[in-house]
Amino acid sequence: MQNPKKSKKFVNYSKWGYIFLIPFFVTYTIFSLIPLLSTFYYSFFELYWANGGLSKVGPNFVGLKNFFKLFTESEFLKYFGNTMILWIIGFIPQILISLLLAALFTSNRLRLKRQGFFKSVIYMPNLIMASAFAMLFFTLFSPDGPVNQLLIQFGFVNAGDPIRFFSRITGTRGIIALMNFLMWFGNTTIMLMAGIMGIDQGLFEAAYVDGAKPIQVFKRITLPLLMPILSYVMITSLIGGIQMFDVPQILTSGSGSPNNTSKTVVMLLNSKLSPSLNYGDGGAISVILFMLTALCSVVVYRSMMNKTGNDEVKKKIREEQRRK
Amino acid sequence: MMDNRKANTKPNKSKRGVGGVVTSRILSYILLIFLTIICLFPFYILIVNASRSHVQITAGFSLIPGKNLFQNIKDVLKNSTFTIGSGMRNSLLIATLSAVLTTYFSTLTAYAIHMYDFKLKKYAFTFIMFVMMVPAQVSALGFLDLIDKIGMRNTLYPLFLPAIASPVTFFFMKQYMESVLPTEIVEAARADGSSEFRTFNTIILPIMKPAISVQAIFSFVGSWNNYFIPALVISSQNKKTVPILMAGLRSASYQNFSLAQQYVAICMAIIPLIIMYFILSRYIIAGVTLGSVKG
Repeated sequence: MQNPKKSKKFVNYSKWGYIFLIPFFVTYTIFSLIPLLSTFYYSFFELYWANGGLSKVGPNFVGLKNFFKLFTESEFLKYFGNTMILWIIGFIPQILISLLLAALFTSNRLRLKRQGFFKSVIYMPNLIMASAFAMLFFTLFSPDGPVNQLLIQFGFVNAGDPIRFFSRITGTRGIIALMNFLMWFGNTTIMLMAGIMGIDQGLFEAAYVDGAKPIQVFKRITLPLLMPILSYVMITSLIGGIQMFDVPQILTSGSGSPNNTSKTVVMLLNSKLSPSLNYGDGGAISVILFMLTALCSVVVYRSMMNKTGNDEVKKKIREEQRRK
Repeated sequence: MMDNRKANTKPNKSKRGVGGVVTSRILSYILLIFLTIICLFPFYILIVNASRSHVQITAGFSLIPGKNLFQNIKDVLKNSTFTIGSGMRNSLLIATLSAVLTTYFSTLTAYAIHMYDFKLKKYAFTFIMFVMMVPAQVSALGFLDLIDKIGMRNTLYPLFLPAIASPVTFFFMKQYMESVLPTEIVEAARADGSSEFRTFNTIILPIMKPAISVQAIFSFVGSWNNYFIPALVISSQNKKTVPILMAGLRSASYQNFSLAQQYVAICMAIIPLIIMYFILSRYIIAGVTLGSVKG
């Protein structure tokens, strides 16, 4: 008979930690780390194929020239502005509606029924293929599409003169924002709900016993305690917003029309990845995207670490009660 | 979380009249129904128009489905520029392999960090957390360059192999392990003479099943919907995935595709996902909640 405790001492289990990490680190190094580093490397070079891929130009080291070119010659800043506008006009209604819905779903006072159904429905657009969703909205809002037909039938629009949503700046941007709203508000609602349900229920009960109105409770207790999750939602959404690509790309067939006003940074990056153009430009865009994302991530990390948490608000409430 | 909340849903006998509650409840339902309509209306129109003929669709708006669904499907299947059959096959293969690879290896990676003590553990964990936020687009240029060099351009491999290293899935698995995985089980298995690898496959994986199924769904959907990388990697028609076909449909002319065909094509791309979603939605939503409360 062997004593299992004794034999354990002779087996070095820690080596299994390393062995089990091999697949992750090997795959990550090959498919992510090396590409990342080589992208950064290329951002300092001039490199492209000319004459239909027959002759190679470069790699010639050009230092920071690609970056300067990006800010002076290309319309990078304009596309970055577009990206931010598209994100903001989708995010504002999203966060407002999501906050309201999260408050309603978690309210002990309202006790809404059929919550499972409503949650399923509002989350659904999040899972739909962005490319098919974009194609669907393109068809719905086209001059002879259902939206115009509906407007004509109700007499808002003349039959011979349909609204050309995709030749107007507000039309195209509005539809992209609407789609981003539809795709993400369910997800945000569920995250915020989880946050609200994590708040100590005793606080709500205490407030109601003291005669607080629901709106007061929301403003004074729910909102401050939800701040860490709210900032998390906002910054992860910003990171996602910076990467916006599928929807505007397919909706405008890559053109960012009208007049490049709905072209995003990643659409620009995508167009720079064709061999006839300078790869270095693509690299420079990637480096800037990386830095922006890293910056946002640091803020996310900070906001997650800085959870003021239930305790502080509880303390405050107790102090106020004592004063009374 | 859910139980915690339910325990607190005692009838709240408020001093203010019941009338206020009823009014706000009615307003809440109106808002919810309005949002439901906004979410479902586009899909309803999609299905209605997919069943009408091109002439009917151009003639005007309708809420009543037509009778041309099967004819439209036949037309789309005959259309050689929209190879939905092979597109579905490719997407299915890539999405399934991605889901399997990412859940298996992320669980393995999480297990390594969770269960073992070794010198570099802290650094490995910090590294994975650090790279979690790096978006795939950022390294696209280097990625294309690499797969050119190793001869994987225009193959399906680069679309599922990278799934082995997925920091986000790893993070979810690690969180889940912290709440469900007792170390005693592993020690008991060791005492019984089970090898570490076998313990993982026969004991840990079954315990992790709920987390694995949630993450498998997310990874499947994510990979099924992915457009950016496949569009850069794939060029030959028979290797295209569904999202690439969709993008092609957008720039196709009306002569090649009647409107009826376009609606049917969009249907074919998203209806399978919608059906799957309505079967699994409860687990999916539970999964999102599970992933978001911690951190």
